[in-house]
Amino acid sequence: MAVAVVFLPLLAAVIAGFFMRVIGDRGSQLITCGAMCLSGALSIPVFLDIMAAPSPQIIPLAQWIIAGGVDVDWSLRLDTLSGVMLVTVSIVSATIHVYSIGYMAHDPSIPRFMAYLSWFTFFMLILVTSNNFVQMFFGWEGVGLCSYLLIGFWYDRPSADAAAIKAFIVNRIGDFGFALGIFAVFIIFGSLDFGTVFEKAPTVVDTSLDFLGWQVPSLTLACILLFIGAMGKSAQIPLHTWLPDAMEGPTPVSALIHAATMVTAGVFMVARFSPLFEYAPTALAVVGVIGGTTAIFAASIGMAQNDIKRVVAYSTCSQLGYMFFAAGVSAYAAAMFHLFTHAFFKALLFLASGSVIHAMGGEQDMRRMGGLWRKIPITYAVMWIGSLSLAGIPFFAGYYSKDTILDAAWASGTAVGRYAFCLGILAAFMTAFYSWRLLFMTFHGEPRADEETMHHAHESPWVMLVPLLILATGATVLGYLGYDFFVGGDRSSFWKGSILVLSRSDSLAAAEGVPGLVRYLPLIVGLVGIATAYLFYIRDPAIPVRLAARFRALYLFLLNKWYIDELYDRLFVRTAMLLGDGLWKSGDGTVIDGLGPDGVSALTRDLARQASRLQTGYLYHYAFAMMIGLVALVTWYLFPH
Amino acid sequence: MILQAIMFYIFAALAVAAGVLVVSARNPIHSVLFLIAAFFNAAGLFVLIGAEFLAMILVIVYVGAVAVLFLFVVMMLDIDFAQLRSGFVRYLPIGALIGFILLAELVLVIGSWAVAPGMPNPAVGLAAGGVPVSNTRALGDILYTRYLFAFQAAGLILLVAMIGAIVLTLRHRADVRHQSISAQLARTRAQSVEVIKVPLGSGSGV
Amino acid sequence: MAAGSEAVAIGLAHYLTVAAILFTLGIFGIFLNRKNVIIMLMSIELMLLAVSINFVAFSVFVGNLVGQAFAMFVLTVAAAEAAIGLAILVVYFRNRGTIRVEDINMMKG
Repeated sequence: MAVAVVFLPLLAAVIAGFFMRVIGDRGSQLITCGAMCLSGALSIPVFLDIMAAPSPQIIPLAQWIIAGGVDVDWSLRLDTLSGVMLVTVSIVSATIHVYSIGYMAHDPSIPRFMAYLSWFTFFMLILVTSNNFVQMFFGWEGVGLCSYLLIGFWYDRPSADAAAIKAFIVNRIGDFGFALGIFAVFIIFGSLDFGTVFEKAPTVVDTSLDFLGWQVPSLTLACILLFIGAMGKSAQIPLHTWLPDAMEGPTPVSALIHAATMVTAGVFMVARFSPLFEYAPTALAVVGVIGGTTAIFAASIGMAQNDIKRVVAYSTCSQLGYMFFAAGVSAYAAAMFHLFTHAFFKALLFLASGSVIHAMGGEQDMRRMGGLWRKIPITYAVMWIGSLSLAGIPFFAGYYSKDTILDAAWASGTAVGRYAFCLGILAAFMTAFYSWRLLFMTFHGEPRADEETMHHAHESPWVMLVPLLILATGATVLGYLGYDFFVGGDRSSFWKGSILVLSRSDSLAAAEGVPGLVRYLPLIVGLVGIATAYLFYIRDPAIPVRLAARFRALYLFLLNKWYIDELYDRLFVRTAMLLGDGLWKSGDGTVIDGLGPDGVSALTRDLARQASRLQTGYLYHYAFAMMIGLVALVTWYLFPH
Repeated sequence: MILQAIMFYIFAALAVAAGVLVVSARNPIHSVLFLIAAFFNAAGLFVLIGAEFLAMILVIVYVGAVAVLFLFVVMMLDIDFAQLRSGFVRYLPIGALIGFILLAELVLVIGSWAVAPGMPNPAVGLAAGGVPVSNTRALGDILYTRYLFAFQAAGLILLVAMIGAIVLTLRHRADVRHQSISAQLARTRAQSVEVIKVPLGSGSGV
Repeated sequence: MAAGSEAVAIGLAHYLTVAAILFTLGIFGIFLNRKNVIIMLMSIELMLLAVSINFVAFSVFVGNLVGQAFAMFVLTVAAAEAAIGLAILVVYFRNRGTIRVEDINMMKG
């Protein structure tokens, strides 16, 4: 049955992709959504099975590589971690498939879109159920590919093409790190199978590898390299630049790939490799620092953005930072819990934004929205639910996961933990602020759009609203329901060894005993953030304008994403272009072409031209030449003799 | 002996002088005339050396035929006498150099031969079978016997040259009516006779 | 023999030298003339004359008549070649209207 869960989306993608003309738009929508809903439905019994059985279950599928030491097979590893991901991915993907029917209804290439969505889901599912590094890498690359295809879905827009390439290339940089990590793992362990590697991990703790001339502890090296892959996929600093531009893709793509599933692959990967990371505290520290820094960085930028989808994108980036610094303090369970809840409420936020954009006829700039809450009440309501969940207001899902993370960060007692906690609190304030800024700017106040647009603003069709409601339900109750299992008292029987936490670093256990102030601080700053947003955007809209004018440099710094794109452009892109141009024009053009074909042909031509100048046409020139030849012959003959 | 030497030097000098003037004369008719002079002096040299048949042949054929032919052509072609020797000087250094090198080598070769003292006297007439005969007779003796093939071949060459010259230069004049015997003989009755029934009193209309 | 006969004896070398000089003059004529092609043809005749002198001189000094016979053939060929050469020249002149050496470069490669 697990096989069905994983492969149904592939089947649907193949049918929709190759038989588009035969089955048409409606057919492709039905097939892909049907397959996805079936897959989502089946994932629940599969999950229950996993809960019931001793884990992990390995379902072998086929042999793959047998090459002297590198023996990898296609197989599915079913344990709690992959089970959780199966459920999340398939259910969220199913809702987004249904939503896409409505959102993309007027698009000319519906079958292609649905096929890409299903294909992506397949890759994600293969990734999470992989039992060895190579299959995971296969899934990893596959989701990167589908991300590229979907971001650049409207390929006649040059901005979309550029964004797709950017995403793919930045991902690739991360993938390079991942690949190096796989090589390191193979060198250290001699095997690429998860079971083997995880068992042997404690034995190689004190070994070291020779890396570029330095002796580094092997596990640290391997884990850091693997984490670089996670950085690329999950848009952490410094490989985050692709995520905001990925908003060029259609909104369902942003919801599925860049909120709920693909970007969470990095977090999943760190959790999956917890048996390795636990023995490499340095690597964990790196993870924590980067996660914390990204959390605050992205949140700060999110406060200044004007495009509704960009705000949500930076929010995603920031929340991923939370998940990573949770992993960084060995609270993998908390990270996974937050991943689970975040998938629902972030997808909800994205789809609701899509609903707003749909209502506004394609407008995405919040400065041109406003006063919509009466027009699109359901969207407004679910947006509130999503924002409440995001900001960590009690009872909603985000509260449980986010607060657990912050508690664990404090409780870990390490410098990294405390650093991450402080940043996390600040980021919580900013999160609340920008979420309500979005709400107020979009739905409240005087309408800033023109008459025409406001007149046409209407609620989305039911095919789009039902998924929103499903996700809203998830964003509301899943936190409360899942708390005990994921991070509460039942967690060890829940996870059953799929996540390893060494007792010396068990921050979740320590999190039980944090002081009350620490426990309630996130809530307090969240409420302060909401109040600030209310002040800035409802009571006195002149304040943000004055602040932006007073602190213009800071405002521009935040608006322009800390100028990191510009920095990368100067440092890497220009250099690469210059290098490429130079090698192309001078290297290839001048040297190789010059010595090779062009050079040879030019030389031949020149020689021939010069030789032809002997043929003047004048008889006496020819006679003269003969004469010279004769004299030379005679001279040569005479003198040696 | 002295006389021979003096005659030799006179003939040689005149021949060389004529050669120089052939090349450098401005008027091509003068060039042809100097060529004739060179031929004559060469004939003189031949007589001195004892090859009188060849000397006469030289005069008759070369001067009488070839040089005259040249003269005809030079006079027939409309040659622009105003041509100055432009460019002569440009090539003079290198051409002179090549020429002098060649001359020097030739003389070197000639001079390095050891001339045996036992060389026959140059002015001795040629003998065949110990009996002195005239040069003409001696040549005739070998030409029609031993070198018959070459002789006939030379004749063929002349034939071919004649045909070639005629073919090259023959022009059909459009306004001259030729008689074509073969066309005349190939005429049929149908081309020449036509029977017309002429009604009484009217003309034939032919 | 006269007392000074050896001193002024005209030997083979003298004739060969004359021939050599005439030959060189002929060569000069071929590529030094700028005027017209007839000079070129006449230079060729000069060269052939020089060769004939050579042949005859050798035949006398070697004592064999072959040289003279061959000189006759050279004469024959020279005559034939002069005829053809002039015919070509005439035809060329008819077509091009000039026999200036600078204009005759249709063999240009």
